[in-house]
Amino acid sequence: MAELAKTRHQLGGFPLTRWAVYPALLFTLVFFVAPLAAMLVVSFWQRIEGHLQATWTLANYDKFFTRSYLLDTLFNSIEVTVLTTVVSIVIAYPLAYILAYRVPLRWQKVLLILAVLPFWTAYVVRSYSWLLVLSDNGVLNNVLIGAGLIDAPLKLAYTRAATVLGFVHFFVMLLTLTIYANLVQINPSYRSAAADLGASAMQIFLRVTLPLSIPGVVVGAFLTFVITIGDYITPQILGGSTEILVPQAIMLQVSRAANFPMASVMSMTLMVVVVAVYLLSSRYLKMDRL
Amino acid sequence: MTGSRLRHAPAAAYLVAVLVFIYLPVVILVLFSFQDGILPVPPFQGPSLQWYAKMFSNSRLLDALGNSIAVAVLSSLAATVLGFLAAYGLARHRMRLGGAARFFLMAPIMVSYLIIGMGLLITFNLAGIGKSLVAVGLGHTIINLPLCFAILFSQFGEHHRRIDSAAHDLGASDLQTMIRVTAPMMRPTLFAAFCLSATLSWDEFIIAFLLSRFDVTLPVIIFEMLRAGLTPEVNAAGTMVFAISMSTVLIAASVMLFRRGGK
Repeated sequence: MAELAKTRHQLGGFPLTRWAVYPALLFTLVFFVAPLAAMLVVSFWQRIEGHLQATWTLANYDKFFTRSYLLDTLFNSIEVTVLTTVVSIVIAYPLAYILAYRVPLRWQKVLLILAVLPFWTAYVVRSYSWLLVLSDNGVLNNVLIGAGLIDAPLKLAYTRAATVLGFVHFFVMLLTLTIYANLVQINPSYRSAAADLGASAMQIFLRVTLPLSIPGVVVGAFLTFVITIGDYITPQILGGSTEILVPQAIMLQVSRAANFPMASVMSMTLMVVVVAVYLLSSRYLKMDRL
Repeated sequence: MTGSRLRHAPAAAYLVAVLVFIYLPVVILVLFSFQDGILPVPPFQGPSLQWYAKMFSNSRLLDALGNSIAVAVLSSLAATVLGFLAAYGLARHRMRLGGAARFFLMAPIMVSYLIIGMGLLITFNLAGIGKSLVAVGLGHTIINLPLCFAILFSQFGEHHRRIDSAAHDLGASDLQTMIRVTAPMMRPTLFAAFCLSATLSWDEFIIAFLLSRFDVTLPVIIFEMLRAGLTPEVNAAGTMVFAISMSTVLIAASVMLFRRGGK
């Protein structure tokens, strides 16, 4: 009986569980890998008289990297992204530190959830909400004028600073989460050992806690970088039209000119930047060790 | 006692300052959705429900609401099922290329939604498939699949494997084991994965914007409404979007936490 069950298990059982992984692999192949491959191919095509021509040319890449009005979007994007990442870390690290070491254990979870809850919500709406705060007749200008600090409204909305602010608001939450998760995993005996050996509070932080918390910073910073550099909505709503970022340039190519080859070149360029950043930080990311 | 309180005062002040920063725009958004006037800026007049009334008589917005719910539910269902099957397969068998398969399944999480959307738009164009909500749903499934897979895979443990083989020894077929034993055991995690996917789909803008034409989702409609400038109606719609995703996340989180506590 047991023999029979075993045989049946092997014969009838193998296929299903063995094959269970394949639908997801196939789906990823068809709707992720193939589209990226198609985009790579199209980036070498040309758009002639409104039609895609299947040629092999570097003309689009040449154009993107030699015309300053196109290339500048890349520099703008990198500047905004790096600034966002740095400012977000600077704000999030102390918050995560306070949550992990200064807040009583029973309050930590509640405060952490409170601090990251809006992260999960409403991307378009969040940028719009900042517009309410920053616009000429918005909340902040009203408060400043009411307090007598300024006479005329400051131009806060539709600037690069507004874009960065919108991003920082979003990513402070993400980075707080990744850094906190890292800090609470650090064995407390390391810190008390350093203290027993006479290290000052500052030395303990710089020589023990900070180095051990780098992985949490890198994971959060990587996600911040990837999402920021590819985001269209935040600069589009908050950034105004004087300087645009790569995602906005991509959307212009698609919507105004239906120029898929140029949009593909820009997308591939973003991909290359992201892969380079991934390789730089891969030591800490452990994607395949999940 | 007083000394330690004073020492903690800067930390507490910082905590409060960052929380104010995080919640400021949310509070302003919700507050001015009750504005009794045509602009969602100070001074606050009201409260009034007129903008909610206007929103619920806006048929394009209501259509988009239905579309958003349909896309979120169906794409999350697809992502959860695909992710569960993959996690089950990879957790039960030590495959030679298991690590590579996991990396492959996680790869979409590293690529911007914009690039995934552009790739799909180009592919559908070349294949002669028009823009539609189905295309949006496929796009949302591919961005949610890595998340579902990761959540479910991390929850498969050795005890699942043992219970699994116990079911087999009792004569259950693989399909029976998966449907009657493994899936019910994983129910809280499956539910959490579904909820998180649904909130991401519900919020997602760029793929929905690129791949839809006449039938659009809620974030796309809100973006279109923004072109007309600031209006409390957008605040009302935004508050609704916000409230729905907030509740979904809280439900998912409490199911996960409750489960952790029960173990």
